[in-house]
Amino acid sequence: MATPAIRMFRKIEGLFCVYKPSGVHWKLVRDGIETKLLKGLSDTPSLPIPKEVRFLAHPVSETETSKELTLSAVSLPVLSKHPLVTGPEFQHIKVGVGHRLDAFSSGVMVLAVGNGNKALHDLYATQVTRDYTLDGEFGTATDDFSHTGRVVERSTYGHITQDKLDRVLAMLQGANQKALLMYSNVDMRSQEAYELAVQGLLGPEGKSLPILTGLRCVHFQPPNFTLEVQCLNETQKYLRKIVHEIGLELRSTASCKGVRRTRDGPFTLQDALTRNHWTASDVLQAIKQYHTSKENLKYSHRQIMDPALQPPEESTTVNMKPARKQQWGQ
Amino acid sequence: MTKKKETTTKSPTRRIAMAAHLCLQGRSLLGSKTVARNWQYYTQVCHCITVTRVPTKILNGSSINKGNHTTPQARQRWKQQMFCYSDLAAKHLATEAKENKDVEGVSTADVVENKSPLLPIRDAVSVTESQISFDLDAAPELSSLELISDEAAVSIPVPFDMPSDSISLRDYVDKSETLSKLVQMGVNLWKLEQRPNVGSMLLRLNFDTDVAPRLLFLKDIGVEDSSYGNILTQNPFILTESLVHLHSRVNFLKSQNFSSETIASMVSRAPYLLNFSVKRLDNRLRFYQQHLKLSADNTRNILTRLPRLLCGSLEPVKENLKMCEVELGFKENEIQHIIIAVPKVLTLNKRKLTQIFDFVHNTMNVPHNLIAKFPQILNSKYLRIRERHLFLEYLEKAQYDPDLPNYISLERLVFLHDERFCTEVAFVTLEDFNLFQKTL
Repeated sequence: MATPAIRMFRKIEGLFCVYKPSGVHWKLVRDGIETKLLKGLSDTPSLPIPKEVRFLAHPVSETETSKELTLSAVSLPVLSKHPLVTGPEFQHIKVGVGHRLDAFSSGVMVLAVGNGNKALHDLYATQVTRDYTLDGEFGTATDDFSHTGRVVERSTYGHITQDKLDRVLAMLQGANQKALLMYSNVDMRSQEAYELAVQGLLGPEGKSLPILTGLRCVHFQPPNFTLEVQCLNETQKYLRKIVHEIGLELRSTASCKGVRRTRDGPFTLQDALTRNHWTASDVLQAIKQYHTSKENLKYSHRQIMDPALQPPEESTTVNMKPARKQQWGQ
Repeated sequence: MTKKKETTTKSPTRRIAMAAHLCLQGRSLLGSKTVARNWQYYTQVCHCITVTRVPTKILNGSSINKGNHTTPQARQRWKQQMFCYSDLAAKHLATEAKENKDVEGVSTADVVENKSPLLPIRDAVSVTESQISFDLDAAPELSSLELISDEAAVSIPVPFDMPSDSISLRDYVDKSETLSKLVQMGVNLWKLEQRPNVGSMLLRLNFDTDVAPRLLFLKDIGVEDSSYGNILTQNPFILTESLVHLHSRVNFLKSQNFSSETIASMVSRAPYLLNFSVKRLDNRLRFYQQHLKLSADNTRNILTRLPRLLCGSLEPVKENLKMCEVELGFKENEIQHIIIAVPKVLTLNKRKLTQIFDFVHNTMNVPHNLIAKFPQILNSKYLRIRERHLFLEYLEKAQYDPDLPNYISLERLVFLHDERFCTEVAFVTLEDFNLFQKTL
């Protein structure tokens, strides 16, 4: 028998994404959301307490002379099923976290509830790319590559122009493209490699070094500059190190002021829930939206595939294709 | 008391040996162990007799109520004891029968002495009753085949099928009167059973003798009925505290000029308050008086608003005070003002407090006197302050100086809801603010 809490839990199973503020550890975000969801689940109306019939002996009133035993059947609630005795129905929920964000960085972070964890695992098995925006500043180098670290070097940056920066970025992207082909484990002279490359599915299998698949400068105003990065298998520290290396490559120094993830696989900034919306009702909405978008994707995919008379493929890879194609277009 | 009982119960066999010993060795063994013991025993009996005299006297006085039935018995008992006393005084220790008699006398005397002197009449009656039951013990027991009346059947106690051990209170709730009444009052047993030893403590309580008097006590000091559940959920140990202590603690608080309403609200908000001994409470009150350097009225005001200051550890309070002075650089009168306005500053996490102060003072450039004027900002969330300040800065509206136009007070910055903050302070829509949060 499904209680209202179980019914609600089935509704919130799935994937959604939140916007993690910087300066907060991802574990805190996850735990906070778990407690909010548990609170939402425990607020659902509980089932009425079952009753049982008991025979109670009534004390015979003193005025009566006939001292007979009077038993009366009374239906009493079974207190051992009372919510104050049994505790809340859900005491833990499985909340999984997608690709992590360290405390310094902010941005989209994917979370999975309940059986959504399986979907999360499938999602990351398909090697999704992620978008980042990196804020950098020329002139200083620090020991942990961020602007809060200990300054180890200062330099001038007057000689840097956008043209020079773009040249360095193009060089970096080229090197990464080469690494991508190397890690893809396919013979470059084969038909298979050609077909994968046409579809945009060429990429490393499983673990690999971090690979930047796209890199460009969107804002340049010395000493500040902003980069937009698409990458695979990265860590936030690696991205900060990239900023540092760009600075060195330009015969100067640079430190990273902020790492912000704007997309994680299919999840973009628009879907992300900000800190004030981390409640059960908002998560419910977000997950409903995720499910409908998944249905829509399947449907549209089938419509495209049907004329070609091809059997529909598994949905998880389908999810990823638009993102990949977009990324290759850049 | 127990020691004395031991010696008296052990004594018959030992005394036979002693008597034989005495016969053999004669009276001249001065200073030997047996004689010393003998003297000890003698003094004990003397003591018991003096004690038993008191209740019998009272009993004689109250004979109007009890009639002739009890007094002769008591007198007889007294006589018997006197007889034993004289026996011992004469040191006739040879016969065993006499020994038994005086042991009996001493044991009844012990029973009387055990009870508190406040209820002499009932004690005496209970003693006589026990003697009567002792007499009835000889009556033959009913055989299992004999017919009994319904009344007698009801009066036979049926052993409950309570499990002897369990990991949860759930198995006991329906069978135990105490637990079921606690649940009906709204006590969260699930929370309580997770604490060590609390479950078995609750099971051992008797509702009429343990729980009800404490609840009546709480009612007497003015605690609302609806908060009993909450108080007992937080502090079940109030049920094992003795009523005398509870009364003395409440009286102590009253003597410190806390009014009865404030005591009731303090107890319901900080349920552990009444588990602190008077001495400890006094120490804590004095600590706050000394360290806050405030007037008695103000200290009392702070403690009534945040009574958990009295229950918590004092070390963090001391550290917070020092930190406000040394690390944050507030003046003494500023600290006092902050504490009177927001007592919670004393128990805040030090890391969070410095984080907020650092942001407000160094990033938002708000001077000390303004922070002291709006101390509520120290009690708010760091992320909230940060995102709102950055938003206002982005809109070029971050202006916290009261002397300049378009001044935004720290209170308005922090203590408005998001919607009102957007419409009244930032003059934008809520969606814009949400979008801005995603760019941080």
